[in-house]
Amino acid sequence: MLKSLFHSEIQLGLAQAGVASLLALAVILLARRRHVHLEGDAAIALLRGLVQIVVVGSVLALLLKAPRWSSVFLLAGMVLAAGSISARRARNIPGALKVSTWAIAVGAGAVTAIMTWAGVIDTAITSLIPVGSMIIANAMNTNGLALNRFRAEVLAHTGEIETALALGATPPTTVSRYVESSIHSSLIPAIDNLRSLGIVWIPGLMTGMLLSGAKPLYAAIYQFVVIAMILASSGLTSLLSTTMIQANAFSPAEQLVLKGSAQNQ
Amino acid sequence: MSDSSIRRPTQTVLRAENLSRDVAAKALVDNVSFHVRTSELLGIVGPSGSGKSSLLRLLNRLDEPTSGTVYLEEQDYRQIPPRELRRRVGMVTQRPFLFPGSVAANLRFGPAQRGEILPDEEISLLLDRVRLPGFASTDVSVISGGEQQRVSLARTLANRPEVLLLDEPTSALDEESKRGIEELIVELVHDRGLTCVMVTHDRDQARRLCDRVMLLEAGRLAQIGLAAEVLGA
Repeated sequence: MLKSLFHSEIQLGLAQAGVASLLALAVILLARRRHVHLEGDAAIALLRGLVQIVVVGSVLALLLKAPRWSSVFLLAGMVLAAGSISARRARNIPGALKVSTWAIAVGAGAVTAIMTWAGVIDTAITSLIPVGSMIIANAMNTNGLALNRFRAEVLAHTGEIETALALGATPPTTVSRYVESSIHSSLIPAIDNLRSLGIVWIPGLMTGMLLSGAKPLYAAIYQFVVIAMILASSGLTSLLSTTMIQANAFSPAEQLVLKGSAQNQ
Repeated sequence: MSDSSIRRPTQTVLRAENLSRDVAAKALVDNVSFHVRTSELLGIVGPSGSGKSSLLRLLNRLDEPTSGTVYLEEQDYRQIPPRELRRRVGMVTQRPFLFPGSVAANLRFGPAQRGEILPDEEISLLLDRVRLPGFASTDVSVISGGEQQRVSLARTLANRPEVLLLDEPTSALDEESKRGIEELIVELVHDRGLTCVMVTHDRDQARRLCDRVMLLEAGRLAQIGLAAEVLGA
């Protein structure tokens, strides 16, 4: 229907974005009737997401004419933004921004660099940016999940942790089981993505490749490659962030400093 | 603990000097000084929110004092590595927070942190001492609240502490379990020479058990002296 109304590609895209946003807002209003108030956050997130992706699209259009190495700067910018967004999941933990940024940079950066070196990711900007951004975005989500779970576990087990400290345990010993559960739970989406690949969902990248004329079998295999890369980078990010953040949960005198406001007394 | 470790009753083991802790501009503990002698049971009493538990947590450095310090055997505790300090100044909390597994595994936890393996005979002795003979292989999930608190006490004793901090150790227990824990504490202090600081909201309990009592009010030391002097006869 929209295609018959809009003949310009840009106008059509904006109209499609409007319809998708309206649908999302309708669901959010439905949630409001159940006393789940998401409207503020969701409206801002929708608007922000649209503006950001349009800006990135515009930058990509410019970058297509730029040298290949310039994509490194765009990816680095994405890592910084991802670190900032992800760190919000770790409120009260000192140094969460630094930990998140480093974990995502190393986790996503190492996998992207190795796979580019191996020739799996093409160095063309049109390939490196979309694939790199997928890896970074998933590393960001995993990092947020890991930190959020770690924070929740520590707050829920303050008594156990301080009991172990009082018995002479090292800080890493006192939180080891919570670190393990944080890593495990943060990787559930990435593992489920692999499990359900092709059965429950056909990711956008594969769809895009098919639309641009790639052979279906190659598009399918390459999609698996990307999802496997996402698992690798997410796993590395989660391992790094939980390892680094556990040190920040304690003071140099081995006191638990990550506590709820009431527990600080 | 061996009998040779019992010290002369006049020796100061733990000394707090101008101890304060502020959180969010509120003084939880305000310039408190006191000392505890060998084989002494010092009680800390006071109304809710008076800073009793906050003060106790400063004594094994689970929290950091805003100012002031604590001397253990006349050594500033900031000079003692935290893990060594916490082995020497053991703590039993209101809730036992036992680790999943057997009673024996819980007792082995503290020594294992230093790479020591607690022998089975030592576990039996500790369980005899807290009147839980034969409980070594019992899973902690199937024992009562009073038994859990005894295991918690035995777990702390497995570290051979010089000072024992007790944070309302009987407040969550029924009357019978409470009396049992009280008898154990008295035995540890008076028969085995352990030095003990106990927080309690129960003035009768403080009167029954403690040699001396300190009264806290709004984080400040309001009074310290013999139990009968502070709490009345």
